Amino acid sequence: MMNLAKWKVILVVLATIFGLLFTLPNVLPAKVRDGLPAFMPKSTLHLGLDLQGGSDLLYSVDTVALRNERLTNMAEDVRTTFRDKQIAFTDLAVTNGEIGLRITDPAQYSNALNVLRQSIGAPIAGVPGGREVSVSSGDNQRVRIAFVPEAFEADVSKAVDQNIEVIRRRIDQMGTKEPDISRRGKDRIDIQAAGESDPERLKSVIGQTAKLSFQMVDDSVTQEELASGRVPPGDEILQSTDGYAASYLVKKRQVVTGEELTNAQSTFDSQTNQPVVSLRFNGVGGRKFGDMTRQNVGKRFAIVLDKKVISAPVIESAITGGNGQIHGRFTVESANDLAVLLRAGALPAPMKVEEQRTVGAELGADAVKAGAVSAIVGLALTVVFMLAIYGMLFGGISLIGLVVNGLMIVGIMSFTQATLTLPGIAGLILTLAVAVDANVLIYERMRDELRAGRNLISSMEAGFQRAMGTILDANMTHILSAAIMFSFGSGPVKGFAWTLAIGVLTTVFSAVLVTQVLLAWWFRATRPKTLPIA
Amino acid sequence: MHFWPLIKVLPVRTHFRFVRLAKVFSTLSAFAIAGSLFLTLYPFKLPCGGLACGIDFAGGTVLELTTAPKAVDTEKVRGALEGMGLTDLVVQGINGPSSAMVRFQAPRGADISKTVATAQARLTQSLGAVKFTRTDVVGPKVSGELLTTGLMGLGLAILLMLIYIWFRFEFRFGLGAVAALFHDVFLTFGLIAIMGRLGQFEFDLKAVAAILTIIGYSMNDTVVVFDRFRENLRKYKRMPLDEVIDMSINEMLTRTIITSMTAVLALIALAIFGGPTLYGLSIILLFGITIGTYSSIYIAAPVILLWGVKRNDEEAEPLQPATVQR
Repeated sequence: MMNLAKWKVILVVLATIFGLLFTLPNVLPAKVRDGLPAFMPKSTLHLGLDLQGGSDLLYSVDTVALRNERLTNMAEDVRTTFRDKQIAFTDLAVTNGEIGLRITDPAQYSNALNVLRQSIGAPIAGVPGGREVSVSSGDNQRVRIAFVPEAFEADVSKAVDQNIEVIRRRIDQMGTKEPDISRRGKDRIDIQAAGESDPERLKSVIGQTAKLSFQMVDDSVTQEELASGRVPPGDEILQSTDGYAASYLVKKRQVVTGEELTNAQSTFDSQTNQPVVSLRFNGVGGRKFGDMTRQNVGKRFAIVLDKKVISAPVIESAITGGNGQIHGRFTVESANDLAVLLRAGALPAPMKVEEQRTVGAELGADAVKAGAVSAIVGLALTVVFMLAIYGMLFGGISLIGLVVNGLMIVGIMSFTQATLTLPGIAGLILTLAVAVDANVLIYERMRDELRAGRNLISSMEAGFQRAMGTILDANMTHILSAAIMFSFGSGPVKGFAWTLAIGVLTTVFSAVLVTQVLLAWWFRATRPKTLPIA
Repeated sequence: MHFWPLIKVLPVRTHFRFVRLAKVFSTLSAFAIAGSLFLTLYPFKLPCGGLACGIDFAGGTVLELTTAPKAVDTEKVRGALEGMGLTDLVVQGINGPSSAMVRFQAPRGADISKTVATAQARLTQSLGAVKFTRTDVVGPKVSGELLTTGLMGLGLAILLMLIYIWFRFEFRFGLGAVAALFHDVFLTFGLIAIMGRLGQFEFDLKAVAAILTIIGYSMNDTVVVFDRFRENLRKYKRMPLDEVIDMSINEMLTRTIITSMTAVLALIALAIFGGPTLYGLSIILLFGITIGTYSSIYIAAPVILLWGVKRNDEEAEPLQPATVQR
């Protein structure tokens, strides 16, 4: 130990410089930091959402809704296919996650199955499971069509990817601070937005499916007839948010949909000065919209967003230019949000919130302050205690070890941009306080060896060597518990584990090398005859 | 007379007969464990038994709001949320008169996101200028997963520690260490249950992290004592086992006390200055680290005594000396 290898000194010096360099940006004011030369590191500690304020939203794709939607579309395909082939059927419906129907004529039954197996049930190359759906027969000419599980799983996976794309587009257009969007597991999407002041707005922009359609209002049925529960086939009752009526009876047929839009902008109506959303259709959509308005002058049509009528204007004249306007009950903000949603497109799969964690920026700032104060007080107490117990020299050595250790932790965390959370601060304080344990083990071992009758130099040597095994063993336990927290925990707990793990590594480093180098220097410089702590 | 550095005036070598008291203390501990287990489990209600279940594991919504500088009218808060079909509604003041915490479960099957939005809208309407400083929502699916992974994490941690000690020492040492670990974990659960009943601390992810940290520290202490114990076993082959244990504990006593003291000092600072979020966490850690120290002395070592260790030379060979060759 006392004949110090050069590389150890170099390593300690390098580590200290590294720690200093990467810790520095954290204590500099932003202005000075920006003015630093290019080779200097500038990144500060990456604070978790609980410290800087923000929202963490965990969504899951609603697989049940997705399955039903896909099956409903498929049922329509079946209907047209059988109509073309003149196969009579009844009871076509989507129930319990599969399509069921009955072929009316027994003679057509096997033919019908064949048709289905060669159309929607045909093997498809590249689809997991070999085909998308399986067609199975039942008694009484019944047919059941269900998704092949692997194929549906792949469908979900694709839908999650597409959803992430759409969300990213939406958020990009909102112009807020860039959130982190990441996929979690099979069917989940995690969105972390720092500093977003209004999580509800973020949620309304992210979570809305935003399926837009234009459908005709059916005015042929009176309210009394409706109240008695008589909904004509091909119609549906939709809730309304337009402020004029609670609900509308509309034709199921969607004349134009949001997919046929090329642009959407929030503007102001030239006459009333109310915020409106102006739309531009593509060629096909514009033509369809023109036809609809020309044929139905004087009637109402409904602008439907996610199965809710947002506006139901009366057509005053044909609109043929491929432009339209939505007059809803908008504020400037909500008009703008709707335009964003329409531009970015609908979510391929509906989503729901599984978990939300929002912390206000002020609360976060308070937490940072509290964390900093308790860190300073806690470490000061530790240092005073160590100096009292071991004196200026040995206590001082552990103090220097502690400083290098702290610099390295903060440096590594700034450098790797690991997230520092509030529990992480607690972990940091605890790690540093217990880091002196390594020094204590070394010092106590040296005293033991001295008492066992060794001379000074050999007891320092032996004490150091023997303590090292214990130090490694003891710190291994922290690494293990941190590893478990990291793999099982989420968010703040992960931050805690990460801080703990980095702390253990730097602690072992500073115990093994920093303490050793300092002790060796002291020994060389003073050639002591006695150990000041024995 | 020099009083400084203090290490010089601390007794050099103590000769406490720890093992002699082991019976008394392990009986005490057994009672404490039984009590803790009861408090933790009773009234056997899923998912958290007798612990005050945080929303991490129970699911639900927590809103923290402030109407500063006005005082919060908790009755008004309650009234605003009436008729929404919310269950387990709790409204209580936190950190001074102008802040409150609202906790509830959305009605079964409802869209939790919409429920929260409605609740916030109603509160804003009824209280006027209100700011939501924290919104935590955990859906039923996620809370179930968090509970399973949390408990799995605890189980796995204990298992890993057993394997590690087994690997580094010997199986019987591992048993002693794990006995100490269970002791610490159960008693900590007991404390969490008591604090929960007093409305001070909830069993949530942070609590699990605290327990995992305690596992780490308790093991750390145990390993240090075991290290010396193993060394002395080899050194004094003919000394009775209980004396070796006593000697090892006494030899490490200074270190044990100093290290626990630094941890305790830091945690006290954390409890006083760390704010409400860290207060519960630091109390739990403070308790856990203290009993972790106690259990390495009074649980881990006596369990080894109970089981005995292999001491003849060939058998002892796999025990490597605790030094690192450099």
